[in-house]
Amino acid sequence: MALQAEGMQAGPVTVDDLRVEHGECVALTGPSGAGKTRLLRALADLDPFAGRLALDGVACEAMSGPDWRARVMYVPAESAWWADRVDEHFPPGTAGDGFELLGLDPGVMAWPVARLSSGERQRLALLRAAVRGPLMLLLDEPTANLDPANARRTEDWLAGLRERGCGLLWVSHDGEQVMRVASRGYTIAAGGRLTETAWT
Amino acid sequence: MDVIALSVTDLAVAAALVLALGGVAWLERLAVSRALLLAALRMVIQLALVGLVLEAVFALAHWYWVVLIGVGMLLIAAREVHARQRRPLAGGWGYGIGAGAMFVASFATAALALLVLVRPEPWYRAQYAIPLLGMLLGNTMNGVALGLERLTEGAWRQRAAIEARLMLGEPWQAAIAPLRRESVRSGMIPVINAMAAAGVVSLPGMMTGQILAGSPPGEAVRYQILIFLLITVGTGTGTLLANRLVARRLFDERGRLRLERLSGAG
Repeated sequence: MALQAEGMQAGPVTVDDLRVEHGECVALTGPSGAGKTRLLRALADLDPFAGRLALDGVACEAMSGPDWRARVMYVPAESAWWADRVDEHFPPGTAGDGFELLGLDPGVMAWPVARLSSGERQRLALLRAAVRGPLMLLLDEPTANLDPANARRTEDWLAGLRERGCGLLWVSHDGEQVMRVASRGYTIAAGGRLTETAWT
Repeated sequence: MDVIALSVTDLAVAAALVLALGGVAWLERLAVSRALLLAALRMVIQLALVGLVLEAVFALAHWYWVVLIGVGMLLIAAREVHARQRRPLAGGWGYGIGAGAMFVASFATAALALLVLVRPEPWYRAQYAIPLLGMLLGNTMNGVALGLERLTEGAWRQRAAIEARLMLGEPWQAAIAPLRRESVRSGMIPVINAMAAAGVVSLPGMMTGQILAGSPPGEAVRYQILIFLLITVGTGTGTLLANRLVARRLFDERGRLRLERLSGAG
């Protein structure tokens, strides 16, 4: 049981077969402009696509768009914020150890969004997704704006999510990070075909 | 009491002032002179023509002439609503939704006023029906145009914020809700302001006209109150309806934001 895409066409990307199991971290690499973001958006049913897409054997079109996106959640590289204060972006009563594990200030929930640094925004965007309990997270360069210490913290926190059963599809340009966090990977080859990468 | 007649010279003096205003704006490089002068010119020509048309229609006194003029006004209003949006819905949707919302709002309100409230004999009497419909349609057009401009342009600019909520599994209704509130607000603000200022800051045009034409102020006030309330109902209905329909059209059946449905959006 897993996230499965077969015979899928998402913009320039052709997917013959893609699988992400629960509790697994899979890397997605490829040159800039190859369509990685386009693929993640299609997997989250944010953009129209052709082909078969299913989660745990249930087809995407068998559930509503919001139900699918609540399960298969996309976190873009640049987060957007629609309200003034940080806590307005979280479900009421959100608590937990995520703030501490991600190295965030304990009072950050009461801050205005304008006060956040780009690194804080990125970690809070991951946190506001995770607290909603997705089954799969589609991560577009989740540590791109972070210093090495916070990048490591974020990797460890994401590993904790994975151990609790969340599947991760992780776009990264950092080859060492890919080797550290993922157990297999896909790349978008010339012509836009998604291929499984040889793992060493 | 007779109205004091205006001479062509009186109008020319007022027109010269508008020309001077356009000149100043041009010198200050505020790119508004052209639009200002064109609108003034259009206004003069349109009103001169409508004077002739009204005289003809008043003389003919057939209901289908009144309805024909009403439909013509509606189509022109829908074109205005469409033209005032920088990114209206493409493929006839923007025009159609604007026209439909204004039709329901203005024509229903005008019909109520003519058949139930004012009750002229016959109900389509052009001296009542056309000015009434004109006031309703003009205000509804403003509300719909302002509201839709805010909604379509806002969706375009706030794409990332709207999609951020969709990504988290929220339905499209929640993702667009703040923008819809802003949009309805900006559509209704002119009418709310006009009512708040009525009588203390401004004397409404229709009431002023009736008083100038010799009606007792008490009579003119009752008409003006009725007109204000009807305009509010018409503008509010049109703005809400157009807002609801355009917001729905911005999303597809999967609840995805589809900005390519806006024209000029690639």
